[in-house]
Amino acid sequence: MTNDLLLLIFNADFLFSLIRITAPILFAALGAVIAEKAGVVNIGLEGIMMISALFGVMFAYWTQLWWVGVLGALVVGVLLALMIGFFAFELKTNIILAGIAVNMLGAGGTIFLLSMLTGMKGNTGALVTRELLIPTINIPLIKSIPVLGQVLSGHAVLTYLAFLFVWLMWVLLYKTPLGLNIRAVGENPDAATSIGVSVQKIQYIAIALSGAMAGLGGAFMSMYYSQGWNSGMVAGRGFIALAATAMGRGEPVGTMLSSLLFGLAQALRTKVSGIQGVSSYLVSVIPYLVTIIGLVAYAISIKNKLKKRSPASKGA
Amino acid sequence: MEQENLVVQMKGISKVYPNGIAANRDVNFTLRRGEIHAIMGENGAGKSTLMKILFGLEQPTSGEILVNGEPVVINSPNKAISLGIGMVHQHFMLVPSLTVAENIVLGMAPTKSRVFVDYKKAVEIAEENATRFNLRIDPNAKVVDIPVGMKQKVEILKALVRGAKILILDEPTAVLTTQETSELFKELISLKEQGFTIVFISHKLKEIKQITDRLTIMRNGKSMGVYETASISEEEISRLMVGRDVVLEVIKDKAQPSETVLKVRDLEYTDRWNKKMLDKVSFSVRKGEILGIAGVEGNGQRELVEMLFNLNVPDAGTVYANGKSLIGMPQNIIRDQGVSLVPEDRMTYGIADIASIEENVISDRFGEKRFNRGPLFNMREIHQESETLIVDYRILAKSRKQQVKMLSGGNIQKVVVARELSSQPTLLIADQPTRGIDVGATEFIRNQIVELSRNGSGVLLVSADLNEVIELSDSLIVMYGGKIVAYFEDTDQLDDITMGEYMLGLKHQTEEEIAKVCYE
Repeated sequence: MTNDLLLLIFNADFLFSLIRITAPILFAALGAVIAEKAGVVNIGLEGIMMISALFGVMFAYWTQLWWVGVLGALVVGVLLALMIGFFAFELKTNIILAGIAVNMLGAGGTIFLLSMLTGMKGNTGALVTRELLIPTINIPLIKSIPVLGQVLSGHAVLTYLAFLFVWLMWVLLYKTPLGLNIRAVGENPDAATSIGVSVQKIQYIAIALSGAMAGLGGAFMSMYYSQGWNSGMVAGRGFIALAATAMGRGEPVGTMLSSLLFGLAQALRTKVSGIQGVSSYLVSVIPYLVTIIGLVAYAISIKNKLKKRSPASKGA
Repeated sequence: MEQENLVVQMKGISKVYPNGIAANRDVNFTLRRGEIHAIMGENGAGKSTLMKILFGLEQPTSGEILVNGEPVVINSPNKAISLGIGMVHQHFMLVPSLTVAENIVLGMAPTKSRVFVDYKKAVEIAEENATRFNLRIDPNAKVVDIPVGMKQKVEILKALVRGAKILILDEPTAVLTTQETSELFKELISLKEQGFTIVFISHKLKEIKQITDRLTIMRNGKSMGVYETASISEEEISRLMVGRDVVLEVIKDKAQPSETVLKVRDLEYTDRWNKKMLDKVSFSVRKGEILGIAGVEGNGQRELVEMLFNLNVPDAGTVYANGKSLIGMPQNIIRDQGVSLVPEDRMTYGIADIASIEENVISDRFGEKRFNRGPLFNMREIHQESETLIVDYRILAKSRKQQVKMLSGGNIQKVVVARELSSQPTLLIADQPTRGIDVGATEFIRNQIVELSRNGSGVLLVSADLNEVIELSDSLIVMYGGKIVAYFEDTDQLDDITMGEYMLGLKHQTEEEIAKVCYE
């Protein structure tokens, strides 16, 4: 009985959807990684994703080209992130508040904007035709391998891109002078200042890249995953991404693994709620439960690490 | 010829902060090529400010700077670096998770194919310079894992790699062990022989005598003169460093100490940098007397006060007030024992800056019955209390509702004193009670402290102001290196020269003499 259930869940289809579901979380999480490395908290990922998702659809519709939509979403993501940066670094607002503002803009402003631009209410409906969706790719050789082909081939361009960015992000952070500066600024801004590295400039670059990632995540959501924009679409993925980053210790590869864990939780929910006799309400709690368990595990591990590092530390 | 040898000339430098505190007053300072030059002075004498101005971290209010004979404006550390000036800060400016080599090349990392960091090259640069300047480091180690001594070398290399010819070292030995210090000195002498000029900020006499060629002594923001190290005695330096400009007189009756109110025995504390800050500290405070603690800052006074008010926990030893142990007790229990504290850092521990004067003065007593009516405050009583205190302690304010942070420094301190003294403590701990406040407020607060003691309370006065501590105290202990090195039962005969010698560790009393401060 149990075996049957496992087989029902863990098949090639399921693994395929796991990768598909993970991709948008991964995009946003990579955005959180680069911001965090520079000592910036970008809590506005959720809002950026919402707004970019809408603009992705709109740009694609206006030009009738899917890739212009994706690029447009990316640019909008960068601009929104720079706006958060401007409020935080230039006008000295609390960056958390600036991020929350963007999140609220993403929740309410998008509906208003959609209505202004198209007169539609709450979703883009018929604007998105098949040609405007992000195309999928069948990988020539791998496609024909049984199971593996089913799992790895046939994903959207952006899905592959998300996983490619894990590697690119690692290269950027650990192999380039910019990455060195970003890490220095995030860890000890005074050290950076003392040798003439502009903390503000580096933080602007980092938050812009963070916005670019969230923008791509948004495009993925509206132009592939949901096949159109609707108001409840991002559904907390921006926040789940922050949790995934925390669990992944802010490292690209670690963050990818924790993103996959969150993806797994979501994929499970979809799958299990399809099984008869299971309460769908109970099942829909799974991803959030995993988030909480993950964060607790993370907090405990950090605490142990700190204890180990400074056995002699005491009192204040 | 003399002119040509001067790599830096600072003329008539003054620095007045917006809050009116003058950190430097008309200071002249010169550096000869290839010398090791000490800047000496107590904390707050203006040494660091002067050097921050030279390194472009602060802008002078007036004055002129010449580097290699050319007038220059140094408006940022970048500018200072381009003029060949490097600074090693007291708190290291390093990125812990990066390697030594990465820290050294940060901001100027060598690249290959123009995109990637050439880490091998970075290691080469680090190693090359380490060999050239005889500073031993491990380029591949992460900074978080290396000892303090090596961190300092990395900082020095950072400056040298950027082309510094003049090195400013801000209290470089404060964090080093004895071996590390002597290693550093060898390295500095070797740098000097290679033609580098070194500024050495410190207040440790022995080190200065050992390594420097000349020294500039600062006191109260002013330069007390430039001397050849070889031709000035340690006693002379100490007199110039801690001497009094104006002798202050406080009129007070002879103290009539009665029973012991505070008993501190064998207090020990080692801080997280493994430095022994308190070493078997024992003393008593008696009712009716003011016991002063003198000493150059950083010799354990701060830690001692922290232990007395449970802001920190000692490794060993006991603290009793009125017969009750204070260690580990919550502050409200300590206050219930009749202990009051005027803290050194008044903005953090003394007040809540955005709260009103009224809220601040009742913050230790709002639980008392007279201020409450059922579940609510008795506002009339509270208003009356705060109005009375504002009048009694001459707090200059628009009303009791004014935010404390809007007041002047002197009036903020009066708010603290009003609360701490009006609770009728049997023991008052006053830590730097008049630091940085105006003359009027200073005099008022000093008189209040004297009055309190003459009414039968014990007072423990910690002050880095020699004038204050000698004149206000009835008896006095001196702390040096976490130890009590002297006890004077009577402060009448004390002069600043003797005090200076004890404060700078040139002299200390015998154990028996010091033990007299322990009354039962």
